Amino acid sequence: MQFYSNLSIKQKQIVWAWGFLALPVLFYGIIRFYPTGTAFVISFQEWNLLGDRTWIGWENYIELWNDPVFWKVFVNTFEYLLIGTPLSLVVSFIIAYHLDKLRFMHGFLRMLYFLPFMTSAVAMAWVWRWFYQDVPIGLFNNLLAAIGIPQIAFLNSTTNALPAVLAPAVWAGLGFQVIIFMAGLRAIPQSYYEAAKIDGVGWWTVLTQITIPLLRPTIVFIVVFSSIGFLRIFDHVFNMTTNNPGGPLNSTKPLVLMIYDIAFNGFNMGYAAAQTVVLFLILLLVSLAQLWLLRSD
Amino acid sequence: MTATDIRASSATLDRSAIVKPRNMGQIVRWLLLFLGGILMVMPIAYMISTSLKWPHEVYNVNLIPEEPTIENYTYVLEDGRFYWWFVNSIIIATITTISNLLFDSLVGYTLCKFRFPGRQIVFIAILSTLMIPTEMLVIPWYLMSQSMGWLDSYWGIMFPGLMTAFGTFLMKQFFESVPDDFIEAARIDGLNELQIWWTVAMPLVKPALAALAIFVFLGNWTAFLWPLIVTNSVEMYTIPVGLSGFGDEADVAWELIMTGAAISTIPTLVVFLIFQRFIIRGVVMAGLKG
Repeated sequence: MQFYSNLSIKQKQIVWAWGFLALPVLFYGIIRFYPTGTAFVISFQEWNLLGDRTWIGWENYIELWNDPVFWKVFVNTFEYLLIGTPLSLVVSFIIAYHLDKLRFMHGFLRMLYFLPFMTSAVAMAWVWRWFYQDVPIGLFNNLLAAIGIPQIAFLNSTTNALPAVLAPAVWAGLGFQVIIFMAGLRAIPQSYYEAAKIDGVGWWTVLTQITIPLLRPTIVFIVVFSSIGFLRIFDHVFNMTTNNPGGPLNSTKPLVLMIYDIAFNGFNMGYAAAQTVVLFLILLLVSLAQLWLLRSD
Repeated sequence: MTATDIRASSATLDRSAIVKPRNMGQIVRWLLLFLGGILMVMPIAYMISTSLKWPHEVYNVNLIPEEPTIENYTYVLEDGRFYWWFVNSIIIATITTISNLLFDSLVGYTLCKFRFPGRQIVFIAILSTLMIPTEMLVIPWYLMSQSMGWLDSYWGIMFPGLMTAFGTFLMKQFFESVPDDFIEAARIDGLNELQIWWTVAMPLVKPALAALAIFVFLGNWTAFLWPLIVTNSVEMYTIPVGLSGFGDEADVAWELIMTGAAISTIPTLVVFLIFQRFIIRGVVMAGLKG
């Protein structure tokens, strides 16, 4: 205590600051940084969790490069991204754009769109899985049967299964994007619109020349946020295909499911770690793209 | 009323002036958005409706059950497992939320209001962890839990999420709005730094704390991948892990799965309906500032 009271105000501040940070710094070191290093190290090893860890250099990455399942999974992951991101961006923008122009029961409509965001992915994956079942169980096929349209094989078809799994993921995320878009729209100064009105500019020109350019930071945020989400898709796929994870014939399997399967069913830790490094690099590229897009303003 | 409030309310007036009752365009727009909104909540409505149906009615497409019953809920809860999973999820989400509120705000506050050697390094180090996906860490976390004996325990499920870089930056942003003069004045009054943080700074960022609490709680309530990996006994499952296994059992009926799904979803929906305005504001704050 004698030591403390002899310190200057500035030195006391330093003591307090590091006192506050001691535990968190320890936490980030042990729970974030050390495991990150471990993941890289394991990716260069061969290890089945029970035996010894042997250093095999780039072997896991070479195996990955030559693994047709990995490439299938890689393509699937980007399919989720390339369908999911533009689709949810456009749909949520259209909803937000029109909802922003309405006052009557505005809060109620907004609630309807936002509600799915508050659900749990696992629960809703099971609900949608039930919707997709064949007659006489599934809701969608029952509705189709009622109006005399032929049945659709959703989760049993190698072509339909991926969009079918993606649908609830897009559905659950829409509300969040609508809310963010509406906040972005609100932030655009009214004076721009008033000036456009005085000049007699049409709505399409207003949309493409004022609204969308001024929404750029919002659009970049939503694209990056949803891209990262779709690249990491797991809960929906796992729960909608538990009888044959990632099936049929790996047609829905994303990278995270392959990692889970290889690490915790196959116990091939090194090979799975190499895949997590690939995932890390993909996500890093997306984040860097965001920084680059926002910086060039 | 601040300047932004005035601007917001005048914008509202402008907008309501545009809406004339006989404006057909607006009516069509409203009807389409209303239909879209009804479609959006249909999956939730069907989940709840099916959970209230008798087995013979489950595959009818009618939304309103002919004879509503809570039989499915009684059956699922009497089984006991959903009860444990629910309790587990509540405990885990609550403790994790409290931990994040305390530590994220303490770190955010320190990085925002103190000047000390190493500040920049700590800041960048925590920022850089945002780049590391959880999926990359689950294998090392699993090995760590295995060697420390944390597998299949509350601590094992919780430890990765006790602090988050996202929460830290959200809080740091909001502490920027706390005037340094307030802190200086409290220092002159003889409060120590811990007291200043807790009694002066924290009350001023309550909206941000609420936003963070919602995000952390919802995130942990619905978390799936890590709890799936770290738990292996049925009593330790969280609701999503339990529901996933329950749905996969050989002869389980769809109405019971829907009941389980409803049990895991209804609490967050109820919380949302009560605090709607507040939550939406929090989501916007966290989304744009975080």
